[in-house]
Amino acid sequence: MLAWTIYISFAAAALVLLVPPRFMTLARWLALVAAVTGLGISLAALIANPTGAPVTLAQLRWIPSIGAQYWLSADGISLALCALTGLAATAGVLFSWNIEYRVNEFFALFLALIGGVYGVFLANDLLLLFVFYEIAIVPKYFLISIWGSTNREYGAMKLAIYSFVGSAMVLFGILSTYMLTSGLGFGLPELAQNSLPHHLQMWIFPLVFLGFGILAGIWPFHTWAPTGHVAAPTAASMLLAGVVMKLGAYGCLRVAMGLYPAALDPWGFHIFWIDSWRDVFALLAVIGIVYGAAVALVQRDFKFVIGYSSVSHMGFVLFGLMTLTRIGLDGAVLQMVSHGILAGLLFAVVGRMIYDRTHTRILSDLEGMGLASKLPFATVVFVLAGMASMGLPGFSGFVAELQILVGGWNSYPWLTVVVGAGIVVGVAYTWRVMQRAFFGVPVESIDQYHDDHEFSPITWPEKAGSLLLLSATLFIGLFPSFLLNRIATALASPFFDGLRQGRW
Amino acid sequence: MNTLPLLSLLTLLPVVGAIVVLLAPRKSARGIAIGFSTLVLIFTGLLWHSYDAGAGTLQFVEHAAWIPSLAIEYHLAADGFSLLLLVLSAVVTLISLAASTQVTTRTSLYFALVLLLESGLFGTFTALNFFHWFLFWELSLIPAFFLIRLWGGQKRESAATQFFVYTMAGSVTLLLSFLALFLATGSFDFAVLTQMAQQGTLLPAIAAHFHGNPSNWLLLIFWGAFLGFAVKIPIVPFHTWLPDAYTEAPTAITILLTGALSKMGVYGLLRIVLPIFTQQIRWVQPLLLWLAVATIVCAAAAAFAQRDLKRILAYSSINHLGYCVLAIFAVAGSVNPVESSAALAGAALQLFNHGFTASVLFWLVALLEQRSDGKRKINDFGGLRTTTPMLATFFSIAAFSSLGLPGLNGFIGEFLIFKGSFALAAGPSSIAAIGLFITAAFFLTLLQKVFTGPAHERWSGMADLSSAEQIWIAPCVALMFVLGVAPQLVLGLVNGSVSLLVQQIR
Repeated sequence: MLAWTIYISFAAAALVLLVPPRFMTLARWLALVAAVTGLGISLAALIANPTGAPVTLAQLRWIPSIGAQYWLSADGISLALCALTGLAATAGVLFSWNIEYRVNEFFALFLALIGGVYGVFLANDLLLLFVFYEIAIVPKYFLISIWGSTNREYGAMKLAIYSFVGSAMVLFGILSTYMLTSGLGFGLPELAQNSLPHHLQMWIFPLVFLGFGILAGIWPFHTWAPTGHVAAPTAASMLLAGVVMKLGAYGCLRVAMGLYPAALDPWGFHIFWIDSWRDVFALLAVIGIVYGAAVALVQRDFKFVIGYSSVSHMGFVLFGLMTLTRIGLDGAVLQMVSHGILAGLLFAVVGRMIYDRTHTRILSDLEGMGLASKLPFATVVFVLAGMASMGLPGFSGFVAELQILVGGWNSYPWLTVVVGAGIVVGVAYTWRVMQRAFFGVPVESIDQYHDDHEFSPITWPEKAGSLLLLSATLFIGLFPSFLLNRIATALASPFFDGLRQGRW
Repeated sequence: MNTLPLLSLLTLLPVVGAIVVLLAPRKSARGIAIGFSTLVLIFTGLLWHSYDAGAGTLQFVEHAAWIPSLAIEYHLAADGFSLLLLVLSAVVTLISLAASTQVTTRTSLYFALVLLLESGLFGTFTALNFFHWFLFWELSLIPAFFLIRLWGGQKRESAATQFFVYTMAGSVTLLLSFLALFLATGSFDFAVLTQMAQQGTLLPAIAAHFHGNPSNWLLLIFWGAFLGFAVKIPIVPFHTWLPDAYTEAPTAITILLTGALSKMGVYGLLRIVLPIFTQQIRWVQPLLLWLAVATIVCAAAAAFAQRDLKRILAYSSINHLGYCVLAIFAVAGSVNPVESSAALAGAALQLFNHGFTASVLFWLVALLEQRSDGKRKINDFGGLRTTTPMLATFFSIAAFSSLGLPGLNGFIGEFLIFKGSFALAAGPSSIAAIGLFITAAFFLTLLQKVFTGPAHERWSGMADLSSAEQIWIAPCVALMFVLGVAPQLVLGLVNGSVSLLVQQIR
């Protein structure tokens, strides 16, 4: 049943494209129905599989000559991320309700992107995974360059180039693996079980990890993320930060770490304190956490703050992966879900609720508007999302970061202390931007604000989308076992045998 | 045993109150809030009544699984210390609401936030699992921040931010410390961690998970936890956020900050840090004791140098809590149960007395501010004794209570603390005693400048306390006398828990 999320998204994309541009409402409702259906199916599948054990959804021969199969399967990690995709898609449609320019094409591309994302999370065949991964990249470019704002051509092109460089590295890794394991085909479980010789893994792993890592915003290859997020229309920012960056992190975990686990062993020599790829990427992740937060602290554009915060939060995911402990990996997967929800929420407030009304995102302009009293709903949503994003307990981010930090104490105690500093900077930028954007002192002397400029009220789709995402982050924050149990089983499955090596 | 989840209900009641306040018409917000917090006070009174103080154990226990994979449990209970602070929080919240007569904007939100803060306090004082405790510890911060940010004075923005970022920085080190302990022990439960520390299994557990000298790691973990509480109490040199926050907050909220929120830090030090890190406190005991002395003396001296009434009282708060900190650090590892008990009982008593007296003092400042158009400098006033005799009387009694005049409530707590800590740490305690003199000096200066001397013409028409205000304040002042004469009322509640704690930390 879960496989239908992919088909429904693509079918709806085609269907929406056929809707004449005049019937905007019809296009919106079609997109919403498709997104909600996807969410419903994902949630149902999540509930129906309380253990999170891997289940094959479809397995057909696809290109027999090279052994590629159309093989979809879902374990706890895929289930959690599919549910996230459903949430992000539904919220994304709700927050793009006011788009009037080429509505049908917008939603068609949006749904195609969603379909590709579902595909990546469900694919159990390396080639299939890569194909879906590429499908997800193409619509992003058009969504940004047609419907985007500030510097949209630049942002779209930069994102596309970075994505394709990453893809090329991944493709090179995939093809080498296929050649070197001659005859095994592309099935992920087979490849994981019959691993490559140690020295080959050592060379392929960094390529594939970095290739996927670029999309996950790994420092110093993160620069596409802030510009891309800022240029993108609200729904596309929500998807970019919410699920597309997760594609990268998911690839790092499922493909890079799942297929080349031996590459995480020490090199046998060390440069300063670094003696394995694991150390290298852990260090890059921690630099990303601190650097992203520090840069977010000094931004003038509201959306850039959220853009850089994504880099910082994705650093947590990568750091959690590199801890190579059960608890750290649990945390990393939960952080993917959590950040997907929160980034969506933050971009929705900034891009839709604020920018579409004030037509500015510069903090010093927003400061004089007294938004707290004019847009109380947006203020409350941002305050709650900000609290969640800075990792206050009770919200999803806390449980995720807590586990990553426990894993960090185990594997990289000193880096964990640095991460602690990064969290404090995270608190500072969130609080700074909240104060300046919402609680600034209204400037009475400037005429343009003095005439009691009224903003249009918050519409129902915005309210529905916000409530959906807020309840999701609260639910995960208070009852994380719902996801954790399933993720833990998935990490204990035979697929990750090589990675575990008896570590957990 | 009770089967009703009493402590959960107690924590939930203010939340329900907050929701009702938000839904009810704006005009009735204060009335509803006062109604709910009165109910809460009665509830805590009943808990006190049904608590078996002789045993001093954890009672009203609620225990359920929450997140099994992380050993996170829903674990609530209260002992003498917790109950004392539950009652104090309820009293202080009621005083704060009574003093909140000047709220004109966003009234409903203001009162809802005060009630949420109360709920956060209750959660912090009853939780026994780190996760659960930390949830409330952090969530009490949010309402406090917004209460300062939205209703505070001129410089509220920087004061609120400073308050928030400082406290969060402390919270992060605290969090990291407990996560390290979790990694080593697999437990977030304070009772389990205490037990491991006492049986000496904590150090080997750390050694098994961390490379290098486990003692050093445990010391680092202690400093992380210490920092979280040191910022909250605060202990010098982590106090710099406090004067601004207390001064810029609306005075009714300052009451909550000093009366209840600052107690969260001392409570954490007493109930969480002291039993778990007894050994680590021993290692660095001289340093900690001198930090406490610095807190006492420097804060008193700073209060002496201030001219703004709220700033004087803010520094005085730091000074008063410094005595509790001195007692807590003095007793770590002590082999003298009598003196340890005296010091800890004194600390508990001091917590209650300071919370109560400081609340009344700030309340009287609030009443004075309403009459003086927000003027608060002590040099602005003079001779108020003749124009506002009741205000002057109440203020003097509260001030004398705060400087520790025998017969009033402040005395016994400080007496017990010094009785205990002189025996255990004579040097630091004798230097700390200087703080007592400076406190007396600045309070007397304050009383002299504001209430005696030539009457300031400008205030000749100032109204004295109305009868309604007198009816609110008189019982509080009366209670200062009652507790001064019969401290046993409070001591009886904590004595059992004090002896249990003394056994744990020997």
